[in-house]
Amino acid sequence: MAALDTDALGTWVREYARAVTEHREELTELDSAIGDADHGTNMHRGMTAAVAALDATPPADAAALLKTVAMTMISKVGGTSGPLYGTFFLRMSGALDDGSPAAFAAAFRAGVDGVVARGKAELEDKTMVDALLPAADALTAAVEAGQELDAALRAAADAAATGRDSVTPLVARKGRASYLGERSAGHVDPGAASAVLLVEAAATTLPGS
Amino acid sequence: MAAVGIVVVSHSRPLAEAAVELARQMLPNSTVAIEVAAGTDDGGLGTDAVAVSTAITAADTGDGVVVLMDLGSAVMSAETALELLDDDVRARVVLSAAPLVEGLVGAAVVAAGGADRDRVAAEALRGLAPKQAHLG
Repeated sequence: MAALDTDALGTWVREYARAVTEHREELTELDSAIGDADHGTNMHRGMTAAVAALDATPPADAAALLKTVAMTMISKVGGTSGPLYGTFFLRMSGALDDGSPAAFAAAFRAGVDGVVARGKAELEDKTMVDALLPAADALTAAVEAGQELDAALRAAADAAATGRDSVTPLVARKGRASYLGERSAGHVDPGAASAVLLVEAAATTLPGS
Repeated sequence: MAAVGIVVVSHSRPLAEAAVELARQMLPNSTVAIEVAAGTDDGGLGTDAVAVSTAITAADTGDGVVVLMDLGSAVMSAETALELLDDDVRARVVLSAAPLVEGLVGAAVVAAGGADRDRVAAEALRGLAPKQAHLG
């Protein structure tokens, strides 16, 4: 097993839980502008429950860890981000081959593909996909170019943030925000914002190789 | 005679239970299985795919299950629930695009009459027809 073992992925998940808790009010505020004002609360509830589940039953391996996070998100979040993030972690869990950076990049890609399939969103629909797809592309390209994983994840996190910002001027075409039509333009998408936090958490916690 | 089960997925438990009450009013003495998966476990608004898969399993007698849902995460939680089911159960489940209340009443009535799964699902989808015909 290379560096990306159960402990490393656990640190990533815990950092994400910390980040959504820190940004809880900001995420809910974004969602109150163009949605149903529950994204920060929901993500905080889901990720806090995921960490509690990991503490209660330490997972046997990295795939089990990701599956525990998936099932908790699916069950506890309540909103659409539950099935979406749940599917992300579930597909990652199923695709995680070994602890190599290439395997992580492939599993991350599988997770993002799962989100796209579940939400049926495309680029520029103004959703989390606008952060996650560029992140997956940047991660794959950097790992294939031989970069260390931490540098590749930095590139992925930057691509996610750029993707999030690129759709702020657009009109939402999916989710609750799409009910608002033109009024959704000019607002940061809350799902894209929480997705950037996910990739940022990976960039700040996962090891270089 | 088939015994098709019905599952109601909603953000709100009171909404789901009231819809079931409305449908049950049409079904005196019927034992048709109508299961509810609604709300978060702390009593708030939301949906839970694990609860949906449990409800589907509870409603399934082997003749199939028709799932009705409200909007947004209810739809995605129902889809996610399918991934959590055994293959043989999943093959018997239909997720219906029918309007929740009207679809439920129509589906429950024909399910209580012993219709098969596809007939129950078709009746749910017809749920808006009486209202559309009346309003023109």
